[in-house]
Amino acid sequence: MFSFDLLLDAVVIGVLLGCFYGAVSLGLSVSFGLLDVPHVAHPAFLVLASYAVYFLNEHYAVDPLLAGLLITPVFFLLGLVAYRLYYETFEKRGSDAAVRGIAFFFGVAFIIEVLIILQFGVDQRSVTADYIGRAWRLGDIRIPYRLLVAFAVATALTVLLTLYLSRTFMGRAIRAVAQDQEALRLMGANPIKIKQWAFGIATAVLGIAGALLIIVAPVDPTLDRAYIGRTFCVVVMAGLGSMGGTLVAAIILGVAETIVLTMFGASWAPAISFAMLLGVLAVRPQGLFGRRS
Amino acid sequence: MSKKVSKPGSISRRRLLATAGAALAATPLGVKLVQGQQTPIRIGMSMPQTGGLAGGGKASLLGIEIWRDDVNAKGGLLGGRKIELVVYDDKSSASETPAIYSKLIDVDKVDLLFAPYATVPTAPIMPMVKQRGLLLIGNFSFQVNSKVGHDMWFNNAPWGPADSWATSFLDIGQRAGGKSMALLAADQEFAQNLAKTAREVAAKRNLPIVFDQAYPPNTVEFSSIIRALKAAKPDIVYVASYPPDSAGILRAVNEIGIGDNVKVFGGGMVGLQFGAVMENMGSLLNGVVNYNTWLPEKSMYFEGTKEFFDKYTKRAVEAKIDPLGYYLAPFGYASGQLIEQAINAAGSLEQKALAKYLRENTHKTIVGSIAFSPDGERKETAVLQAQFRGVVDKNMEQFRSSGRQVILFPENLKSGELVAPFEAARK
Repeated sequence: MFSFDLLLDAVVIGVLLGCFYGAVSLGLSVSFGLLDVPHVAHPAFLVLASYAVYFLNEHYAVDPLLAGLLITPVFFLLGLVAYRLYYETFEKRGSDAAVRGIAFFFGVAFIIEVLIILQFGVDQRSVTADYIGRAWRLGDIRIPYRLLVAFAVATALTVLLTLYLSRTFMGRAIRAVAQDQEALRLMGANPIKIKQWAFGIATAVLGIAGALLIIVAPVDPTLDRAYIGRTFCVVVMAGLGSMGGTLVAAIILGVAETIVLTMFGASWAPAISFAMLLGVLAVRPQGLFGRRS
Repeated sequence: MSKKVSKPGSISRRRLLATAGAALAATPLGVKLVQGQQTPIRIGMSMPQTGGLAGGGKASLLGIEIWRDDVNAKGGLLGGRKIELVVYDDKSSASETPAIYSKLIDVDKVDLLFAPYATVPTAPIMPMVKQRGLLLIGNFSFQVNSKVGHDMWFNNAPWGPADSWATSFLDIGQRAGGKSMALLAADQEFAQNLAKTAREVAAKRNLPIVFDQAYPPNTVEFSSIIRALKAAKPDIVYVASYPPDSAGILRAVNEIGIGDNVKVFGGGMVGLQFGAVMENMGSLLNGVVNYNTWLPEKSMYFEGTKEFFDKYTKRAVEAKIDPLGYYLAPFGYASGQLIEQAINAAGSLEQKALAKYLRENTHKTIVGSIAFSPDGERKETAVLQAQFRGVVDKNMEQFRSSGRQVILFPENLKSGELVAPFEAARK
């Protein structure tokens, strides 16, 4: 039976859930969308960040969001190292770098997963904070605070990344390297260093996103597998490299998933993201907010 | 070419070795060395060491390993043959197990098979095991033999008849005044089997099902599902969920609320039996009535139970696995005890003889007496339904004392009465 209240609730929760999807996809929008790096280890780095946040929260009682901020520089450095390794071993060697790069990043993802298991075991882990496990009452609707946190952080991250990429010299250089690497080289800039920097930014974003991941739900070492499809779907649907588009695409996905979950039966929900992706690509191959090449 | 000739009165090196060997074998030390050279009894299995089921798989395997070590410390079976386990990680995936069990049977040529932990990885190997006519000790799978009908299958889990699980939970709910039910189940083999039996029991009792929904694996957020469930205003909420989801569902229930009319909530939530999950969920668990298999209540200690948990507790810390280990580990040990008793009685590894013994006798284990019905499940259910009470946040040790999970079913193990409605029990 149709209920307007349920539909409204589904839309509100869907928007918030979509923001969360957006936050965990923004890094990939830089690494895959702008740099063309087939970064399938993106969700593994995300889960690694969650465990780092868990460690700080569990042993030093650091607030999960603050912990996410604290690990950001470490993840930036991790990104620099990961890209340099990828570049030296795969990217500079030829035209099939992308295919071999996928194998490289799958390997990295498995190594991260095993390291987490060795260090933390296989059990689920979660964090504690005042905003976890409580809800804000808005009329008949109750909104979990943890989703409101995801909404705020995702919005802030999107704005910051958009401003960085459009207003700063390095940001514009990153966009330039995405458009024409050779032209940038002819102008005297080193595109590899710029790409390495951008990959560092993409990985640093995962510090905050990892905090959101463990705030929204408990994590386990293999959770990355659940996010590979979702994050790539959001980035491709948005149009490669569009930060604002990533957030909007994620919100569309979140709302669609939640409405299907609530109104039509949960079993259909996993198919929604890929059905929407196929639909979008059929109509706009460049994605919702991508530019025609 | 030279020819080796043994001179009269002299002794060859070969004879010297043979004589020394015979003399050594005659001594007690020699007997042990010769026995040590006997081929071990090899038991093959896959076990989830990674993936969503790894928490349970590792604890279960430790239980089996403790049994192996105990048996080997006593000198082994069949006159000194040691137990050797051949174990592969199935990554919690049903797609891995058929190939692993083919390898165990055809390449590793193991003597006996144990099933992997859980329903989903076990289901695909059932037809193959039946076709090959092999004995299989099940490991906490639910109704995987109901359609296959393998007569050499023996499940170590305390489930009993298929409908007993739902029956006991709905009994508790209806006694508390429940007149309608909601069903929320994961879209997985195990949970769907639970949901199916719950529907059948509800239909027999004319208990209306006002909400019936399956959710897919990897669902991130349960708020909207719980909101829809709440809108249906059920009295009894039966949840059949897997570990990654159980925590998400309870968190959403805590945030969204479930309604004052709900008398009991829970039933089949996998995950709330594991120490780390219980510690993480803390006070959110209060009021939930959920199944379990072993709890630290007086009535649940049998011969060897305490000694087992003493060993488990020490080794679990080193292995970084569930420090409590109530749910699976003692049943892993019991699997070993079942096969040990069958081998001792049959005096061989002949699979049909072992199966006949297991089918026709009652077996004493650290989880109590076990007798099997023709379908290889327990003759009588020993699944507990227990209500979480007085649980505080971030405290693992509280779960080692009695009273944190009050047993409501079965009657002979009962340790308290239900507190209802659910919202009152949560306070």
